[in-house]
Amino acid sequence: MKIHLKNGRVIDPASGMDAIQDIYLAAGHIQAVGSVPADFHANQVIDAAGLVVCPGLVDLSLRLREPGLEHIAGLESEMRAAAAGGVTSLACPPDTHPPLDEPGLVEMLKFRARTMPGPRVYPVGALTRNLKGERLTEMAELHEAGCIAFSQADAPLVDTQVLLRAMEYAATFGFSVWLRPQDPHLAKNGVAHDGVVAARLGLHPIPVPAETVALSTILLLVRETGARVHLCRLSSRAGVEMVRQAKKDGLPVTCDVNIHHVHLSEMDVADFDPNCHLVPPLRSQRDRDALRQALEEGVIDAICSDHAPVDEDAKELPFQEAEPGATGVELLLPLTLKWANEAGLPLARALAYITHRPAAIMGVDAGVIAAGRPADLCVFDPDAAWLVTPANLASLGKNSPYLGLEMIGRVAYTIIDGHIDFKRRVT
Amino acid sequence: MRDNLQLTPDGQLKHLLTLDGLPARILTQILDTASSFVAVGEREVKSVPLLRGKAVFNIFFENSTRTRTTFEIAAKRLSADVVNLNVGASSQSKGETLLDTVANLAAMHADMFVVRHAASGAAHLIARHVAPHIHVVNAGDGRCSHPTQGLLDMFTIRHFKGGFHNLRVAIVGDVLHSRVARSQIHALTTLGCPQVRVIAPKTLLPRDVSNLGVHVYHDLAQGLKDVDVVMMLRLQNERMQGARLPSAGEFYKHWGLTAEKLRHAKPDAIVMHPGPMNRGVEIDSEVADGPQSVILAQVTFGIAVRMAVMSLLAGN
Repeated sequence: MKIHLKNGRVIDPASGMDAIQDIYLAAGHIQAVGSVPADFHANQVIDAAGLVVCPGLVDLSLRLREPGLEHIAGLESEMRAAAAGGVTSLACPPDTHPPLDEPGLVEMLKFRARTMPGPRVYPVGALTRNLKGERLTEMAELHEAGCIAFSQADAPLVDTQVLLRAMEYAATFGFSVWLRPQDPHLAKNGVAHDGVVAARLGLHPIPVPAETVALSTILLLVRETGARVHLCRLSSRAGVEMVRQAKKDGLPVTCDVNIHHVHLSEMDVADFDPNCHLVPPLRSQRDRDALRQALEEGVIDAICSDHAPVDEDAKELPFQEAEPGATGVELLLPLTLKWANEAGLPLARALAYITHRPAAIMGVDAGVIAAGRPADLCVFDPDAAWLVTPANLASLGKNSPYLGLEMIGRVAYTIIDGHIDFKRRVT
Repeated sequence: MRDNLQLTPDGQLKHLLTLDGLPARILTQILDTASSFVAVGEREVKSVPLLRGKAVFNIFFENSTRTRTTFEIAAKRLSADVVNLNVGASSQSKGETLLDTVANLAAMHADMFVVRHAASGAAHLIARHVAPHIHVVNAGDGRCSHPTQGLLDMFTIRHFKGGFHNLRVAIVGDVLHSRVARSQIHALTTLGCPQVRVIAPKTLLPRDVSNLGVHVYHDLAQGLKDVDVVMMLRLQNERMQGARLPSAGEFYKHWGLTAEKLRHAKPDAIVMHPGPMNRGVEIDSEVADGPQSVILAQVTFGIAVRMAVMSLLAGN
């Protein structure tokens, strides 16, 4: 299959390229950018005039809900949703049922993913067995089965001795450990930021120190072990400052933020919108502004969707009982564009946070447009307006804080491994 | 933005879920209506036909005696048909969801649900899902709101003090866990009370409580200085388990209302309590039964206020 993508505005954040160019794809790779290669006879020509062609998006956290949670969603729907969102590579956290703590489960997941169209799936293995925080998983075996990193997802790791040893063991092999900093005791029973909205609505609070105390522990153990740690879902100004300092000190850490935290704050929780019940909680507007600032400065390395489809029954409960999480992969691109627009950032800079930067954290060959690289591309109309409605979301999870609101920017083609895995008419 | 759940498009009360964001016009309308019902309770024939033919369901997912009883009396005095359900003991334990329980009861042709639930926001959730002709009255949801209690407290203050515009009001005790305190704060600030104080140890105050428009005190004597109204809150025993307090005794010593502490308030200050009281924990019997106490008046007014709310929502 040879594809000629012509007249598109090609943006490659890694090189800073932003120009009208033609791209030639063959045998699953980008054969050339700009001039037509010798003997290139396209099977298909896509006219991308008026559209942006960027590297396929790379999502650091997307829950496929397989294995074991197929009553909520599954590979078929969520891979389709990811492709509809322009995502061509994704990391899925191990909080499945059972968790991804055995090589067989990982192999099965990768095998199932390969049998259907959609993004490349990179599982993150469980750091401890059954995510219980007690015994280590067979990390080397899991790595061989295809795990790119190890994590507790949102499960607590109470025993710091286990955390220390897990980091030491991972460092032995050079594996990366992904941790969401949250002290389980300080966050106990909490469902909302310890701020004015929790005070007003009487919601159980999660104070900022739940994040900073855990961060402090993790950063000290990084110093001790030299483990490569990726910090997931920063939520607070104070947390960001600690990571800024840690990076200045040369610690091998990276971090990400959920796209929802870039736009929303505790104010959006009122009055009890369960779709704004997220982990970590949406914090104050000051915290949100600090996250945006840290993104612009590159202290935060990547933006992810933290896609979490939740079925209606689990959301239509009082706020504290509603399952946390938001469906997000189809909003990752438009919400990133919205941020770029509001922050006055060039597209090439903003798209870096959802392409080559997360690819580097995952350690995979993705997120770049250059000859010889995989033919994973996202082609989108940066001006197309669309409404977020259940029918407009391919994900089985309809739990979005943005239901009923308009998005600007819509994916027209998602090309994965040289194939058009998704296509939609955009106006 | 979501619509205002509590008001109809033309600004009338549709549900009573919280006093947060309810305009002063509505609060005053409820209090004025309640005034006209106080006399009904004193008559030989204690009922009026305003809710005749209407079915009021008291759905209590959490135990309550006083609130449920006063709602029941209020509905009966309005000639409504009243059904009481203690759901805590039945459906929920069989795994039925809150909305399923409510949908089943709605199918029995209810006109009004009076709901108490342990989770903040439960009444909002129900109001969002009921058929348009059904009215929801929040009888207490988690830590969030207890609007009829807040209203009856306002009624009591207005009755004894004539208004709100020159008052200093102190709310004392476990503000953090209290839906009553939140409703009182919203009502007082909306009705123009110039100074609302909260008095409690830091472990019993929400972190950003001052953003609700209150002055924060940790010392009872200082906080009570020259106040016109003292509103005590109930302290629940489980607070000792969560490491929020060392003991009931130490709490009483510092924040319990005794006659001696009350002397810091104005001589004509009134003392209120939403009940049930823990004598010797948050309040001394001498004060609870003393001349400044209006605690039993609160209970009496509670019926008139609940009649007012129900008749404004669903009256013929």
